[in-house]
Amino acid sequence: MAAPLVLAVLVAVTVRAALYRSSLAAFISERVEVVSPLNAWKRVVEGLALLDLGVSPYSGAVFHETPLIIYLFHFLIEYAELVFMITDVLTAVALYLAIQDYNKVVFKKQKLLIELDKYAPDVAELIRTPMEMHYIPLKVALFYLLNPYTVMSCVAKSTCAINNTVIAFFILATIKGSAFLSAVFLALATYQSLYPLTLFAPALLYLLQRQFIPIKLKSKGFWLYTMQYAALYLCSLVVIICLSFFLLNSWDFIPSVYGFILSVPDLTPNIGLFWYFFAEMFEHFSLFFVCVFQINVFFYTIPLAIKLKEHPVFFMFVQIAVISIFKSYPTVGDIALYMAFLPVWSHLYRFLRNIFILSCVLIVCSVLFPVLWHLWIYAGSANSNFYYAITLTFNVGQILLISDYFYAFLRREYYLTHGLHLTRQDGTEAMLVLK
Amino acid sequence: RWAMAALVLAVLLLPLLAAPGRARRDALQEELLLSPLPAGDVAATFQFRTRWDADLPSGAVSHYRLFPKALGQLVAALGVRELHLALTQGFWRTRTWGQPPLQAPAGAELWVWFQPTVTNVDKAWKELSNILSGIFCASLNFIDSTNTVTPTASFKPLGLANGTDHHLLRYAVLPREVVCTENLTPWKKLLPCGSKAGLAVLLKAERLFHSSYHSQAVHIRPICRDASCLAVSWELRQTLTVVFDAFSSGQGKKDWSLFRMFSRTLTDACPLASESKVYVDISPKNKEKELLEVTPPPTSVHEAIVQGDKRTYAVYDLLSPSLFNTSRSLNVQLKWKRPEDSSELPVPVLHAHRYVSGYGLQTGEISTLIYNTHPYRAFPVILLETVPWYLRLYVHTLTITTKGKENKPSYIHYQPAQDRRRPHLLEMLIQLPANSVTKITIQFERALLKWTEYPPDPNHGFYVSSSVLSALVPSVFAMKNVDVEQSPLFTSLFPSSDGSSYFVRLYTEPLLVNLPTPDFSMPYNVICLTCTVVAVCYGSFYNLLTRTFHVEEPSRGGLAKRLANIIRKLRGVPLL
Repeated sequence: MAAPLVLAVLVAVTVRAALYRSSLAAFISERVEVVSPLNAWKRVVEGLALLDLGVSPYSGAVFHETPLIIYLFHFLIEYAELVFMITDVLTAVALYLAIQDYNKVVFKKQKLLIELDKYAPDVAELIRTPMEMHYIPLKVALFYLLNPYTVMSCVAKSTCAINNTVIAFFILATIKGSAFLSAVFLALATYQSLYPLTLFAPALLYLLQRQFIPIKLKSKGFWLYTMQYAALYLCSLVVIICLSFFLLNSWDFIPSVYGFILSVPDLTPNIGLFWYFFAEMFEHFSLFFVCVFQINVFFYTIPLAIKLKEHPVFFMFVQIAVISIFKSYPTVGDIALYMAFLPVWSHLYRFLRNIFILSCVLIVCSVLFPVLWHLWIYAGSANSNFYYAITLTFNVGQILLISDYFYAFLRREYYLTHGLHLTRQDGTEAMLVLK
Repeated sequence: RWAMAALVLAVLLLPLLAAPGRARRDALQEELLLSPLPAGDVAATFQFRTRWDADLPSGAVSHYRLFPKALGQLVAALGVRELHLALTQGFWRTRTWGQPPLQAPAGAELWVWFQPTVTNVDKAWKELSNILSGIFCASLNFIDSTNTVTPTASFKPLGLANGTDHHLLRYAVLPREVVCTENLTPWKKLLPCGSKAGLAVLLKAERLFHSSYHSQAVHIRPICRDASCLAVSWELRQTLTVVFDAFSSGQGKKDWSLFRMFSRTLTDACPLASESKVYVDISPKNKEKELLEVTPPPTSVHEAIVQGDKRTYAVYDLLSPSLFNTSRSLNVQLKWKRPEDSSELPVPVLHAHRYVSGYGLQTGEISTLIYNTHPYRAFPVILLETVPWYLRLYVHTLTITTKGKENKPSYIHYQPAQDRRRPHLLEMLIQLPANSVTKITIQFERALLKWTEYPPDPNHGFYVSSSVLSALVPSVFAMKNVDVEQSPLFTSLFPSSDGSSYFVRLYTEPLLVNLPTPDFSMPYNVICLTCTVVAVCYGSFYNLLTRTFHVEEPSRGGLAKRLANIIRKLRGVPLL
């Protein structure tokens, strides 16, 4: 399996290198859909220039990266393009290995459930075979590497690629079962962009499942393991934050990075919902709605954990998608990460209800974004409402896509336990509804 | 007995006679400088200088005579060491009009040095701007932390100073401020003679605002009382510079007269003034004499080296009794005998030009061009740029090029902006080689503001205040140190450190920049639509999380089905 992966990596690197040398690179790095005030390369360069001038990069409102990024690029600024290509490759390889391991786990679990007679007798066509699952890791790596969103994000040198790499390594560590590495990478991901904090729950559920610890609130083993994992996570986070303090000898980065993510002062347009909402917000309610929108990202975790405690990797997928849609400064790089997981759920295709129209919506919106931006900002013939409308449509499309996959997943689980051909009491074919 | 009484009376009266000797002395000098500018306009600069030997900061003063009480109390109460306020309408075109005697940026400019005893400078600054806003009927109360900066090198004290801790300095410009009669009237009220006598009778609003450039300023600073500098006096200078376009008002001829410019003539000097003079610049250009003629004949002729150039002035002393012998009023007239060859305008040694470039509402670039036209001398210039926070400057895009090569500044002080709290401050010391053009460019990004932060006409744009260039320009002629009391006021504005160069402060053009605007009619719609999208997610997830799949029970049909069956029965069609 290594050869096709290597081929895919080579093709991806070639595409990126070609784009770096073309005139599109400058155009793509200016696009607001691809870069945001949090992860633009221009701002990284600006922060390093401020450091050279002797001014703290966090004294202004331009630089919002963490000190570790300053440290990283202080030495690697000359090789920036290479760094971003390598991060993309690392993400793809990490996802490949993670999904490979996950497939083995899925297959093992399926075999156990069949032997225990948990499945209904007529669900043979829903059972997954190793043959069908063989190419999924490669498809995941391809979906990530050759996704236009990822390519644009890499060419723009957005540090979102680094976020994705850290999250991919976290997923790999979790699926491999190493609690320590998983906690460290999760702490790094949280340190970078705060929202991966919610991935603590699916990682914990997966590791508990892997250790065969039952998830019962009264069980001592459950609490012991949870405390262990939480302690590892919090300690790594504290260590990383203290390390950042020692880099620049000040705590200025905390309001500049986390205060910025949470309070959303910069209203630069992006593909998310926050910017126009807060540009048109009545001053009196600003704080209230900032809190509401931030809580919105975090509050799906507990209900999803309760519903999907048997399926933590799907939970992780839904959680990453929720973060990408509702975070304060989303970019297409964040979307590329959860879209890379779609081949893992390709067996749900037959239960998806709206996949055609949703993919059309997403493609059309992606094409319309730059058009309406140009009309607003450069041609002056449209106004901000046009771009905002496409933002709304795009986000509705993404939300419906995720909930469609969620619906298909739950439906397949129902069929597995209750049988594919459902009959009513009088023997006629039955419909399945959500009640 | 009578002799004894007279002696006792004399002894009693002696202290009273000696008392006036102990009274605080104040003096008023007023001056008007009329200079024809190279391009045909006429610049008139009024200066009213009140000098008061009193100890204002101690607050022990209660009797104000010539010095206005409003300003005196301000200096005493808020611990002000130096105050410079200028309200300007128009732009001084350095390239065509030459170096200005005292330039101010368009709008309102206020810079203040506070005493070292002031503990909370920001609070004092806020109070000061509010009080001045009331005194001068200008919107100086809009000065807050978003347009105030603390320059480190550009503004040194112009009066006596013990030390220069720049944390005591505050500088703010309101580029959008408009100057009109309401600002002129309180300014005139501060003059000891008001506008009733002396040179101030010429200050009539309907003529003053019909001009290309109008700038009125107030400068308060401490100065040495005498040569030994053991005691401090306070100096208040009120200056008003106005540039008239002689061509348009003179029916095509460059001749002008006081009456034609101000629609008034001078009748007497201010009785409270110790000096009242009118200077007319009759310097010969290209060493040609007899090019112009001033009537009536001046009381004296004064030669001075001003801004590095030898100048000749015709002086009319309003206090000399011979001036008003022939006529009750003085109407200075200047006639050009030969039309001047205006093809070659003398170019000032230092001038600058600033503009914004780029297209679209996302990014842009500010470019400043600084010209040094001295044939062989290079000199450094300090450039101070204050850019509002919503134009996000990227200092890594700052490039300074001279004659095609990079010119690295020897001193850069950059303070980045904080959103909604303070503006960008960029101060640089740049060396200008002889006979060169230096181009300074910096790129910026335009921010989208909240809908309440836009001014009433958002598509008019946002003003970026002028940048300040301060330089010691080398002069052709050596200048002697001037004694402030004996020389004309226009030569003693800036303290000169040595005779080989003179201090110049130039301001560039203010910029007008458009920002992207949200749709102002849509707050409710936007809130509803965005919350709808969030609710779509919430609703879908709620359904999937709280409901489970069930096999659908056959329903006995709702109301619609029963109605349909009734109609079908009537029609004779099979039932549903």
